Amino acid sequence: MESIGVLMPIPMSSYLEQELEKRFNLLKPWTVPHKTQFIKDHSTSIRAIVGNASAGADAELIAALPKLEIISSFSVGIDKVDLKTCKEKGIRVTNTPDVLTDDVADLAIGLTLAVLRRLCESERYVRSGQWKKGGYKLTTKFTGKTVGIIGLGRIGKAVAKRAEAFSCPIAYFSRTEKPDSKFKYYPTVVELAANCHVLVVACPLTEETRHIINRQVINALGPRGVLINIGRGPHVDEAELVSALVEGRLGGAGLDVYEKEPHVPEQLFALENVVLLPHVGSGTVETRNAMADLVVGNLEAHFLKKPLLTPVA
Amino acid sequence: MAQDNPTQPHQVLLLLPSHCFTALESKASHKFHFLKAWDSPLPQAQFLQSHATSSQVLLSFPKETPITAQLLQLLPSLKLLITISAGLDRVDLAACRARGVRIANSSPIFAGDVADMAVGLFLDVMRKISAANRYVRDGFWVSGGDFVLGSKVGGKRVGIVGLGHIGLQVAKRLEAFDCKILYNSRKEKPSVSYPFYSDVCELAANSDVLVICCALTAQTRHMINKKVLLALGREGVIVNVGRGAIIDEKEMVQCLVQGEIKGAGLDVFENEPQVPKELFELDNVVLSPHKAVLTADCFTDVTDLAMANLEAFFSNKPLLSEVVNY
Repeated sequence: MESIGVLMPIPMSSYLEQELEKRFNLLKPWTVPHKTQFIKDHSTSIRAIVGNASAGADAELIAALPKLEIISSFSVGIDKVDLKTCKEKGIRVTNTPDVLTDDVADLAIGLTLAVLRRLCESERYVRSGQWKKGGYKLTTKFTGKTVGIIGLGRIGKAVAKRAEAFSCPIAYFSRTEKPDSKFKYYPTVVELAANCHVLVVACPLTEETRHIINRQVINALGPRGVLINIGRGPHVDEAELVSALVEGRLGGAGLDVYEKEPHVPEQLFALENVVLLPHVGSGTVETRNAMADLVVGNLEAHFLKKPLLTPVA
Repeated sequence: MAQDNPTQPHQVLLLLPSHCFTALESKASHKFHFLKAWDSPLPQAQFLQSHATSSQVLLSFPKETPITAQLLQLLPSLKLLITISAGLDRVDLAACRARGVRIANSSPIFAGDVADMAVGLFLDVMRKISAANRYVRDGFWVSGGDFVLGSKVGGKRVGIVGLGHIGLQVAKRLEAFDCKILYNSRKEKPSVSYPFYSDVCELAANSDVLVICCALTAQTRHMINKKVLLALGREGVIVNVGRGAIIDEKEMVQCLVQGEIKGAGLDVFENEPQVPKELFELDNVVLSPHKAVLTADCFTDVTDLAMANLEAFFSNKPLLSEVVNY
């Protein structure tokens, strides 16, 4: 299989690179000065793309690679892959579900605690020597607060499981109500936002869910509400979010994703009720390795004509 | 100030004012008579000798006013001490025992908030939340690329030191993160199924993270020493929401600086508000200014609990948060 060209548009994991290089001809455009030319030069040998949350495959790239058979994403979200074009051309798509569910859910709770209990801010308080002058102010209890989850899939359910251990009542919004769920369902996101204290975005990014967190939802969540985004930046109308936080219409936010990563609106830097993370939802050694194994496993399965491990439906 | 009236019903003695008391007074001034030592021009000892000889209940904040044997001598009728704290390390327990004084603390209220803090600190250390937040705010995500990887929480072995109210709440939370719970306590608890280790060193050797939730006593002072930290090991993390002095702080700092343990999340220190300056150089340490109980909800709840304990005492009913076998 060493002659099979696999394109990795941007660096994402040295372990993954290693494993791919053992089996395929891995093409890394960022290692050469003229990326576009490089892809053109190899266009007839590229049979697979390994993308991630930041770089996938749009219609233009797919059109430029006539031998493309499979796109294996190093992520669970595949909003950066043009699924319609893939379907039309019979290009298979795989992602990395399940192996990262726990890490992302863990981070959602970690972000919630960091915002409500001001962990990052009080850390700064200690490091800057202010504790010597007086105690930190009161913060907000997490235990018992209602947690609203948008999207009750694998990640949403995992967030619910953890929040329940803090005695948090759970409510959710989903495209359809889940009959076997014991949690309270709200048919609209605005109603969910109005009835919870912490709102967690845990659904896939699609055309329907783009800007699902808009001004109306933010206002319903309110000056004591907290938004936690572990989905995709475009789930949130970022400009509205920034103005709501700056004006105090929203109580706080814990963000792992943004509309134009790695750029984070600088107006947020001065706010003590906001925690900003650089898209680390699945960012543990253990999980990234498990994701890499899944990417490699899917590619091997494809080229050996075995069933794919985690195809995207 | 009128002479202390021994027949005055439901008298509650307080030594110093506080936020909690102000809230309590507004809710309860019609039910109890609050004898406020600070209202008197007399020095405290003199005030107590002339006005508090028949006081049965003392509501106190041990952090501000240690409950010493000398203080107890001035309160010959004292039957109940209600402390607005979970920790009793500033109460002379032997003197209380000798005088048959019952103690009710605020553990049940604090347990949730302290457990939340322990979990928050643990997640922060493992997933580098505070460090990553700094990375973004300092502009490094744009200039320096992806942040480093953290460590997965799921599947980790959590050794809880002290399985009281707080320890149990920590265990309940971390079980939902798929952590495996182990513990060390003064005595094994037959009501839980978690593996018990009678030796804290052995607990450390079998844990990926140690969470300190026990009381500070003569036995637990510096219980977490170099031997325990080395047993915890290079991949080990320590979280302290108990008291600073449970850990030999100097040794812990050395271990962190030399990489003998992987990280720490600390809400308490031996000499607050002093924090060893070596810790400021480390990115794998999360520091918190002893605020595990400092939530607004906590203060409301603590006031309600104090009131409930007072009502129970004066109507000869069981207290809600009596510290038994102290």
